[in-house]
This record gives sequence, C-alpha cells and structure tokens, in this order.
Amino acid sequence: MAMRVWASSTANALRISCASKSSLYPSFSLSKCFSTVLDGLKYSTSHEWVKHEGSVATVGITAHAQEHLGEVVFVELPETGASVSKGSSFGAVESVKATSDVNSPISGEVVEINTGLTEKPGTINSSPYEEGWMIKVKPSNPAELDSLLGPKEYTKFCEEEDAAH
Amino acid sequence: MRGGLWQLGQSITRRLAQAEKKVVASRCFASEAELKKTALYDFHVAHGGKMVPFAGWSMPIQYKDSIMESTLNCRENGSLFDVSHMCGLSLKGKDCIPFLEKLVIGDIAGLAPGTGTLSVFTNEKGGSIDDTVITKVKDDHIYLVVNAGCRDKDLAHIEGHMKSFTSKGGDVSWHIHDERSLLALQGPLAASVLQHLTKEDLSKLYFGHFKILDINGAHCFLTRTGYTGEDGFEISVPSEHALDLAKAILEKSEGKVRLTGLGARDSLRLEAALCLYGNDMEQHITPVEAGLTWAIGKRRRAEGGFLGADVILKQIEEGPKIRRVGFFSSGPPPRSHSEIHNTSGAALGEVTSGGFSPCLKKNISMGYVKSGSHKVGTELKIVIRGKSYDAVITKMPFVPAKYYKPS
Repeated sequence: MAMRVWASSTANALRISCASKSSLYPSFSLSKCFSTVLDGLKYSTSHEWVKHEGSVATVGITAHAQEHLGEVVFVELPETGASVSKGSSFGAVESVKATSDVNSPISGEVVEINTGLTEKPGTINSSPYEEGWMIKVKPSNPAELDSLLGPKEYTKFCEEEDAAH
Repeated sequence: MRGGLWQLGQSITRRLAQAEKKVVASRCFASEAELKKTALYDFHVAHGGKMVPFAGWSMPIQYKDSIMESTLNCRENGSLFDVSHMCGLSLKGKDCIPFLEKLVIGDIAGLAPGTGTLSVFTNEKGGSIDDTVITKVKDDHIYLVVNAGCRDKDLAHIEGHMKSFTSKGGDVSWHIHDERSLLALQGPLAASVLQHLTKEDLSKLYFGHFKILDINGAHCFLTRTGYTGEDGFEISVPSEHALDLAKAILEKSEGKVRLTGLGARDSLRLEAALCLYGNDMEQHITPVEAGLTWAIGKRRRAEGGFLGADVILKQIEEGPKIRRVGFFSSGPPPRSHSEIHNTSGAALGEVTSGGFSPCLKKNISMGYVKSGSHKVGTELKIVIRGKSYDAVITKMPFVPAKYYKPS
C-alpha cells in the first residue's frame, strides 16, 4: 500500500536494520475492506477496474486503491494512440505521499484519455468508477477479460489481502 | 523505483523495489510482535490510527483525517503527535558540556541554562551522524533528543567516546529516558491549550526554551520546539502519565487539536524545509552543505574541537561544493532521488525530499545542487520517470515559520 511505501522508504533511508526490513508488513488496525465494488466491472489483482462496452473498454483504479492512496494530486496518462498491454504500467497516480504505477488490465490501443484528471486529479478519489476513469482502450484481445476477477472475487481478494496484514 | 498499485498488499519498499525489481519481498513475513509499541499504542488504534512499522516501532501514519486535512489543521488549529519513538537522553556530570562539544557543532557552553538549539553529531570527515535538539538544563545536565532510526548508532557513538573520556578522568554519565514518552503539541492553539494544564506562565517560555514543570499533574520536561514550523512544544512525560496527558490536551482543545500521524508530520516538516535525517542529511553530507552553518557557534568556528572540524571549517571558509536548496516544480511531485538537471540537461544533483504541499497546493522539494547553481530564482529541470519538468530554486522555508520569539 502506497502510504506504507513512503514510510518504509523513509525507514530504509534511516538505515533501519535488515531485521526491521523484514518487519515491513503493515499492521493496519482497521484492515477490513469496506470499499465499494461495482457489479458489471472486471477487476485486476493490482486494483484496476475495466468496463467493457461495445468496442471500447474503460479503465480506472478501484475505490479500494484510492482509499489506500489518499488524496490524488497528480495523474500521469499515456497519449491517445499509445498501445497498452495487460499487466504493464500505462501511467501513474501520485498522492500526497506516494507514487504508484497503474497497470492496464487489458491489452489494446488507447483511444481516449480522461484529460479532466489533469486539472482535477482528486476526481479519482471522489468518483473512482465514474468521472475518475483514466483511459479508454480498444481491446486487441477481448478474451483477456475472462482472466480478470469478478466483483465478488475482487471483494474476497481485498479481504484476504488486508487480512494477510 | 515507485510502488505500484499492485503493491497494495505487498511489503515492498520503493528502494527494495529498485534494488531487486524482480524479487517480491513477500517472503519477509514480519511479526508485529517484533515492533515496539509506545505507551499510546492502544489509544492510537482506538482513534483509527493506521499503524505502520517505522524505525522498529509501530507508529500511526495517519488517523481518520487524511494527510491533507491533518496538515492544514495543524497550521490552522493544532496537532498532537506521539513521537515517543524518538530517543531522549540526559548527560550529567560537571564535564558533560566539554564532552558533548567534542561530538557536536553547537556552542553548548554558550547556551543559557534552560535553553537549547538544533545541532548535529558529526563524524571525522565532517559528515552528519544525526541531527538532534540539545538543551542545557544546567551546567552539569544536558538533555537531548535523537532520531529513532539513529538511536543505536548514536548511542554506540556517544558511549564509545564517553568510555575514553571518563577513562581520562572526565566526569560524565548518561541516562536514556526510556521511562518517558514524548508528545509534540504543535500549531497556533498549542500554547493556549497547554496553559490550561500547567500553572507555569508559558508566555515567558520562548522558542528553544526548556523547563521542568508539572503538566496535568505529571513531572514533565517541556521544550518549546517542534518539527512543523509552527509554534509548539515537545513534552517529555513519564510514560504512565502519557495517556492522561494526551487525552487532556485533546479535551482542552475542544476537538480542534487533532491526533496527527507521521504522514502529515512529514508534509509539515517539508513545508518548513526542515531536514529529515536519512533523506536530506546523511553520513557524507556536512552541516555546511545542509545549510546548517548557522548552528555552528562563533566560538566553535574559532576553536574547532569537534569531529570533522577541519573539513567543516575549511568549507565555511571556501564555500561548500554542493548545497541544499528548495524547489517549486511542475508535473508530478518530485521524490527523493529524482535527478536535477540544468536547462541544458547537465546533471546538478538529486532531490532528497519532495511532495505535494497541502498548504501551498503545489509541488515542493529539497535537494542538493552544485554551488553556483544554487541561487534563488535559478531555473532548472527535475527528471521524473524519464521526463524533464520545469523547476525553480525557491527560498526556504516554503511556508513561513511561526516560532514564538520575544518581540
């Protein structure tokens, strides 16, 4: 989780011993996943969502992801026409404290980007599944969608991931 | 170099990710039991604190308020931080000042009793072992606070020198205040809130001053100092009274002083352009390069007599080769290790701390550049993920300090 990334890197910078490096597992006290998950979307284990409608798939980050990141202050997006591939980074989101890559859940060509995020990056926090979408992709291999998680599976995944901490 | 969203559930640090890109650190199962807990741990958890490992401690990085909200509230009202992970110690004995002056750059002998200063422990090469706030309680008692992450090496360093000092007949001993907790109360409401809890007149206790007094019925060490740029206090309280004191402070503020975690603490200190040891200061960075020449007393400049004095005094005379400066920049917030280039693309140095300023609503960062390129107003580039973004050297602090000084 991104905040932890910051804390850990600071701890690292402070030359914390290897012994404590192995203690970097988070210990969030409120670790249950109460975040919204929408029906009809597919989810990746790296916390992006994709909504496939007709010939276009819209991609963003999940409510769970934005909650962990905190206030998003900058969004880096690819250019229209760029190609993205499943599991690879297509951009980044910066919160007050951390930088995170955003991976594409699906391969294809970027046909539109959400330019509104440049002016209002916080839209990702206020509306992760609607106005906070990041890119629209023309999928080159729609079958890739089948390997993604459904809403129930993703909710379970978040719970398990948080419980592991 | 950066964390991905995919790391939400994995324990990788940015630097680990950089060093071992393919190695997922998921095998490093930590036991939380290894982490030390402060006297306020349960209190943090009960108040929604998100506890993270920090310097071997389980500390709140934030509570229910976001880092942005917490940062703004500190400057508007006030913040209460648990900083008990930091290490307070007392040096006692009639030679404690000459002993300490061998290890730090400050004019400790010249401090009036009951006052203190920011100082630096140096090594033989003039580099920085740690930064510290040193208070002269009286001529035979020094109280200082060092960083949690540096505790072991600092204590080993002090102890080693103490052994040789005492073996030559010097009179100095130490006490590490592990029986105490440390709370930082910061912000414009700090003094009025604390005044409710003590009979001492805080209006006479100025920035850098120190007093041993009763607060909320507990025997406390009070220093008017902090790490936010705001007026405020650090209160060393016997650990058995720490919880009552924290509750009393929050209650007296009628909810305006909020519990604040390490996340906002980092934003606040960055806005105040205060160094974070390990980022902005390191073993190889001298206090002169770090912009802390002011902390080297006049007498110390004339006499030397501290570790690395030859290197440091020469740098004062000739000017350092690199200097810590502050930046505003466009694009994504710079982070530590972002490269700094001049407008022709030649490397000038690296960012050491950076982020988005909640108060200024823009990117701020600090880093080191070659002397000659360090003037305020110098335009340059900061490279983030392979792209160059415009930056300009800016005066520090980014947000003006509001220390309580005699008018």
